[in-house]
Amino acid sequence: MKTRKLSVLCVAAGLMFAQAASADVNVGISVSSTGPGAALGIPEKNTFALLPTEVGGEKINYIVLDDATDPSVATKNARKLVSEHQVDLLIGSSVTPSSLAIAEIAVESHTPQITLAPVNLPPEKNTWVFRAPQQNKIMATALVAHMKAAGVRTLGFIGYSDAYGEDWLTTIEPLLSKEGIKMTAVERFNRTDTSVGGQTLKLIAARPDAVLVVASGSPAALPQTTLKERGFKGQIYQTHAAANPAFLKVAGKAAEGTIMPIGPVVVVDQIPDAHPSKASGLAFVKAYEAKYGARSFSSFAGHAHDAFKLLEAAMPVALKSARPGTAEFRQALRDAIEASREVVGVHGVFTMTPEDHFGMDERGRVLIEVQAGGYKLLPM
Amino acid sequence: MDLQIALLIGQDGVTSGAIYALLALALVLVFAVTRAIYIPQGEYVAYGALTLATLQSGALPATLWLLMGAGLAVTVIDGVAAIRKRDGRAWGATLGWNVAYPAVLVLTLSALSPAQLPMALQILLTLAIVVPIGPMIYRLAYQPVAEASVLVLLIVSVAVHVVLVGLGLLFFGAEGSRTAPLWDASFAVGWMTVSGQQICVLAASAALIVGLYLFFEKTLYGKALRATAINRNGARLMGFSPVFAGRLTFLLAAFIGTLSGVLIAPVTTVYYDTGFLIGLKGFVAAIVGGLASYPLAAAGALIVGLLESFASFWASAYKEAIVFTLIIPVLMWRSLHSHGIDEEA
Repeated sequence: MKTRKLSVLCVAAGLMFAQAASADVNVGISVSSTGPGAALGIPEKNTFALLPTEVGGEKINYIVLDDATDPSVATKNARKLVSEHQVDLLIGSSVTPSSLAIAEIAVESHTPQITLAPVNLPPEKNTWVFRAPQQNKIMATALVAHMKAAGVRTLGFIGYSDAYGEDWLTTIEPLLSKEGIKMTAVERFNRTDTSVGGQTLKLIAARPDAVLVVASGSPAALPQTTLKERGFKGQIYQTHAAANPAFLKVAGKAAEGTIMPIGPVVVVDQIPDAHPSKASGLAFVKAYEAKYGARSFSSFAGHAHDAFKLLEAAMPVALKSARPGTAEFRQALRDAIEASREVVGVHGVFTMTPEDHFGMDERGRVLIEVQAGGYKLLPM
Repeated sequence: MDLQIALLIGQDGVTSGAIYALLALALVLVFAVTRAIYIPQGEYVAYGALTLATLQSGALPATLWLLMGAGLAVTVIDGVAAIRKRDGRAWGATLGWNVAYPAVLVLTLSALSPAQLPMALQILLTLAIVVPIGPMIYRLAYQPVAEASVLVLLIVSVAVHVVLVGLGLLFFGAEGSRTAPLWDASFAVGWMTVSGQQICVLAASAALIVGLYLFFEKTLYGKALRATAINRNGARLMGFSPVFAGRLTFLLAAFIGTLSGVLIAPVTTVYYDTGFLIGLKGFVAAIVGGLASYPLAAAGALIVGLLESFASFWASAYKEAIVFTLIIPVLMWRSLHSHGIDEEA
């Protein structure tokens, strides 16, 4: 009798266990926490340690892998996450080339993916891929509006010779020509370059009213300082990828007066109280800096947080129709993310549609000017 | 493009060429003496620059802990051997260089506040911290396989490079740093401006090249290194230890690399992984010299520097491709003109 009771108990416990294990939502994450993209990947990796591990009573397991900013490692990671861990959602990666690599696996295995880099994809590959960061176009329109208001007629361009630089160039060109602003010089450089002397001379020789630098973090400081050293007097614009403490530190005085578009979370203490991201932004920055130290927050941590927000909003909907770990659940999760309406993240508000998998509107960006080594919000 | 722009670009090219020349010399030196293609050479550039930047920010550079760690590892290996042989002097020397020296450095640095020191002293401290890592790496990674083939040594080099880059990320973080300028002046030569920093780089490179020449031509140790490079067994029969030659070579290579790092840190942002690409360009220059000739390697470095600089003006998107493609015609030309016999054959 006793043994029978015990065995029944065991079976029941075993069943409960199996139930719990299969009901967990597995999120596979691949970020670039080493290699050239480490400045982006480290704050993103840090963020996943802060995120809640339960939504609506369902446990979430985060499996965080490092892809060393290498697209082939990102592919391997994504394959491993999909086949070994049977993840319900892929998040990553930090930079555009690695995100594109993961997107291939996401599409092939029918797993929804939220990228942390603003990648552009052809429509047939777009179905399973969503983005946490703002589309470069949202940022570019803000810059072009400012250029127009400031009376800029000619613009010089110096950007990374990779997908990020290329995407900005193709995005901003039509916007500029619509406003009658001429692009007089297009130059390229690499993150690892130790000198941009030649490119800078060519830019200055073209005599543009303003120069746009398309680069990320501290490498963005090299064109900035070289332009100032060579006596360029016009306005310098940077992109949102440059907005981190390391850029300000390395560029120092040369950064003064630079204008860049960024997600509102970077200047969360300056945005008006009415902004939808104000409260959640303040809370997240406080939590992040409490764990990782004062002034450690960078906008990339915000993208990782917003990827979770999309999941948090979509998960309860998907759980209604299927159990985690199944193809039906992944399909339901994808549909739920695509149906996101007014999901508030720290970078802005997401409203996804089948055509738009970025989802952010102009509430997802503000313009700032570098003043006295800090950011000052510009009125839009 | 007018003459003024050409001169400005040329100036830029010569300055980076001078740095590549230093690295190329170090690569030729290490290859000649130990047959190792020294891929981690660039890491000293990053370590030197970032250690100096850390000192200037007032913190203790993490390279100190690497120095201590590597020192302890060497002590364990060499100390055990010395005790077995009951060689008190060797035991003392091992302990002194690998444990006492790093410990004294740590104590000195914690007692001083490095941010307030004059620049020259900060540079000396940087050299004192980073340069001894060179011979320690030789002891730990290369000495046990000193007689192995060039290929094995190359694989060891790749491993050391990967370890050092990884440690660099751990020590200094992913973001780059810049240091205060060595000499904040600029001079007008005709209608060209030459910055004090460029003069520093060129002067230091020239001084180092002349110094190396004198070292190899005039001193006993220099001659012994040359002898080892020409014929290892012959040098050993003459009583010159190949182990000592290896350590001396790695000390020199580390010194050259760290000094290059100190020189470029004020003009460009240095990241934990910057060294690899700079080292690779030094390697292209060294290939021009067939990994054997110092003057040809230095000339190759100038070509690489100028090519890079002009390519960044004309076709910035293809700059790296142009620089590294240089290696193909050079190899073709060398294969047609060299009649050297492969040592491994």
